[in-house]
Amino acid sequence: MNLLVRGGTVIDETGERRADVAVSSGSIAAVGDSLDAPDGATVLEAGGCLVAPGLVDLHVHLRQPGAEEAETVESGSRAAARGGFTAVVAMPNTDPPVDCAPVAAEILSLAAGALCLVAPAGAITVGRAGERLAPMGELAALGVRLFTDDGAGVQDAGVMRRALEYARGLRARGLGVILAQHCELASLADGGVMHEGGWSSRLGVPGIPAEAEELMVARDLSLTRLTGGAMHFLHLSTQRSVALVAAAKSEGLAVSAEVTPHHLSLTDAELAGFDPNYKVNPPLRGAPDVAALRAACATGVVDAVASDHAPHPPEAKETTLQAAAPGMIGLETALAVALMALGPTDGTADDGAPGRAQSPEVAVAAPALSPREVVGLMSWRAARIAGLSVDQGGDQGGPLVPGAPANLCVFDPTERWVLDPARLSSRSRNTPWAGRTLTGRVRHTVYGGELVVLDGEAQR
Amino acid sequence: MTSGDAPFGAHRHLLSITDLGAVGIAEVMRVTDAFVEVARRPIPKVPALRGRTVVTLFAEESTRTRLSFEAAARRLSADVLSFSMDHSSVKKGESLRDTVETVTAMGVDALVVRHPEAGAPHQVARWVDAAVVNAGDGWHEHPTQALLDCYTIRQALTERSGIEPDAVGIAAFDGLRVAVVGDIRHSRVARSDVLALSALGAEVILVAPGSLLPTSLQGWPLSAVSNDLDAVLGTVDVCYLLRLQLERGAGKFLPSVREYASSYGLTARRAALMPEHALIMHPGPMNRGVEIADEVAHLPRSLVLRQVSNGVAVRMAVLFILLGSATAPSEAEALLDMTAE
Amino acid sequence: MQVLSAEDVGRALVRIAHEIVERNHGLEDLVLIGLQTGGVPLARRIGNVLGEIDGTPVPVGSLDVAFYRDDIGIRPVLPEAVTDIPGDLAGALVVMVDDVLFTGRTVRAALNALADYGRARAVQLAVMVDRGHRQLPIRPDYVGKNMPTRIDEQVDVSLDGVVLGDVVPR
Repeated sequence: MNLLVRGGTVIDETGERRADVAVSSGSIAAVGDSLDAPDGATVLEAGGCLVAPGLVDLHVHLRQPGAEEAETVESGSRAAARGGFTAVVAMPNTDPPVDCAPVAAEILSLAAGALCLVAPAGAITVGRAGERLAPMGELAALGVRLFTDDGAGVQDAGVMRRALEYARGLRARGLGVILAQHCELASLADGGVMHEGGWSSRLGVPGIPAEAEELMVARDLSLTRLTGGAMHFLHLSTQRSVALVAAAKSEGLAVSAEVTPHHLSLTDAELAGFDPNYKVNPPLRGAPDVAALRAACATGVVDAVASDHAPHPPEAKETTLQAAAPGMIGLETALAVALMALGPTDGTADDGAPGRAQSPEVAVAAPALSPREVVGLMSWRAARIAGLSVDQGGDQGGPLVPGAPANLCVFDPTERWVLDPARLSSRSRNTPWAGRTLTGRVRHTVYGGELVVLDGEAQR
Repeated sequence: MTSGDAPFGAHRHLLSITDLGAVGIAEVMRVTDAFVEVARRPIPKVPALRGRTVVTLFAEESTRTRLSFEAAARRLSADVLSFSMDHSSVKKGESLRDTVETVTAMGVDALVVRHPEAGAPHQVARWVDAAVVNAGDGWHEHPTQALLDCYTIRQALTERSGIEPDAVGIAAFDGLRVAVVGDIRHSRVARSDVLALSALGAEVILVAPGSLLPTSLQGWPLSAVSNDLDAVLGTVDVCYLLRLQLERGAGKFLPSVREYASSYGLTARRAALMPEHALIMHPGPMNRGVEIADEVAHLPRSLVLRQVSNGVAVRMAVLFILLGSATAPSEAEALLDMTAE
Repeated sequence: MQVLSAEDVGRALVRIAHEIVERNHGLEDLVLIGLQTGGVPLARRIGNVLGEIDGTPVPVGSLDVAFYRDDIGIRPVLPEAVTDIPGDLAGALVVMVDDVLFTGRTVRAALNALADYGRARAVQLAVMVDRGHRQLPIRPDYVGKNMPTRIDEQVDVSLDGVVLGDVVPR
């Protein structure tokens, strides 16, 4: 398949330039001004658009095997492609969990037909039970790079210490594995439904204190120091969490951190109507936390924006807030929400989002990021954490130069659109953005040279 | 009267005191006056809601509240259906939504919902056409309790002053000092009463041991918070005692019930610290000897039994306002001029 | 357009008071009940006149019929005031007083409401204006003025007089 992306502006790690991009046989054939279309090429109009390396989502739940009614590798990868992603890291909290080679192999075989690269993450402990280490070496041999018990944190400090030490050994053997922690201390969080603060207090809803996250962040930073290991912090949500990571980075610890689009844009005020679509783990926090996360994206403390796409069937959300499953889908809205939350104008302010109205300080506290910087958090910087970047031998996130793998995300950073859940490719509909106006829309996605999304529509 | 003038504003439901505001609360009290008169009649029943069906849907048993709502609906001549959801069996199988849709498929005009989880009535209201009344949801709210508490306070104050209730309106609450004492953290009654009393202009003081206060009180409309009941009692106009809900684990937040009673129980000695005019209230059922001493519960200044009897009239007012003053505009237009008198 | 002056209304009420005495051969067991809201001041005025005639005060009460109306749920219905019935109505001779008799629906509701206060010996109806357009088999016993109207006109009665006007456009 030959393609010509015409009339756009290329953005990648090396900079920004007006250029067309020609694609042939899965690779970028040429980048330059006013290129001629290769023989039989499909021309993709990119006027007003940015042409970027395909996005990489470090954190998605594809629910297969075990909960195919919510999502499958195929449907999830289609949602990813429509969101501009050419690679996703699939969390291991499936049923059965990815705690042994056969389950990882099954996901890899399903991934062969997906609309983007699906990289399975492995569990740190068997059954994600937090007790015995999972066979990380066997999983790493299959290509698994990121290990996490996500959905829960490893509660036992001793177990986490062993995991860090063991992973350090694997790294010494040339297997570039990294541990990723869902920081949530169960003894403080259990029974909690939303962020513990004024809103939970007034609504009479059991709270999850910020300290449930921060205590584990602090603990794992100590363990990283103790073991000389490396650690990635999943979906950080509080002001003090990012402050702890900032201090650790300046100390020189090998740590990285991600935040989600929803924690960059929504506050606990959204829970005022008890709508379970706003129930998520970690919970939506207060306005000062949102401002701190945005600032941490600007200062480099946060390395990646990841969706934490967490699909659930209707029955898991059509219940009380307390009984509802936590999580929201995000693959198809992640880029727009991140651009709005981190960009120069706070595009979320004019859609009447109640959280915004309650927290005007959010809009002004953090310095704005350029679209290229936002894409960096969702492409080349994320790819490096996942071990998928071009300089690590992968094919994701690299500069758009001739010979490079043709993984492209073409998006219009200014297009305004209203999210209609019925038009999503995900099998699930649990989005907080239904009916809201978003700014920034993915137009075309090219994965391995194949045009998988054209004018916003999946091609298969 | 247009919908903009309706006491519940645009709300078809009563889910929270915040749905009402001071104007709405005052209107409920005004309509309650009419139902208190009904209760004194030889036949304390009116045909207002004939042919309407009110369902009490309780996922948490509360015989008192259920009886109060059912009596209210019957005295309005509504048909009453009573549905008990054993919460554990609901958890095992049928979802709340399926249960609610099954019940409303029978033709229901109002659903009175009690649920152990905060926000459950809000969810139910999203799923049904019927009016939804929150009869207590987790730690969140119990709006009809707050309405009957406000009504009872107004009744006691106006009787004392000899002024007609309607003439006083809500002015009686202006600057009234109300101490709410006990397990604030787990109390839906406290949340609704704080909202209602402060909306009417009262000064609300929370009194509780540290572990029974919510971690944050940000956004609560309070005039003060105290851990020392003795220090507060000398200046209160109303002392509102909350039930210590031992059956729901309040004991875990305290060293012992005895220690709680000795510091926060309204004993005869403490009652004597209050000004002579000060009133004593409790939502019931009382733990005598814990939050309130037996002899204090029987003092003339104790309004506990009045709270119960006013409960029926207040709930009649709420049901009547929701079902009786609501109107389907298209239907109504055609009939308006023909029936006007 | 004013069709009756304050003096006209006053004279009509005095006449009605005398008719009540004449028709019932006195005031024994008589209770006046004004219908909220327009009938209440008229009932009080008739009561005053009867008190002057007889020398003993006549009990006057008020009745709000909101809970008995047949249009509940069709349009917003709320009580205007608290009903105040003086004593038990069992055996009483009740004269209901209202400002305007129109469709008859309010009187129907009032009859049902009165029954809940006891079994009156008899119930009679006095109105200041009978404007026609009855929808129920109800007729007044005492009338201040019969006043044929169009159905879309509005009749306003007070002690200050009676005004006939076009209905205010909705």
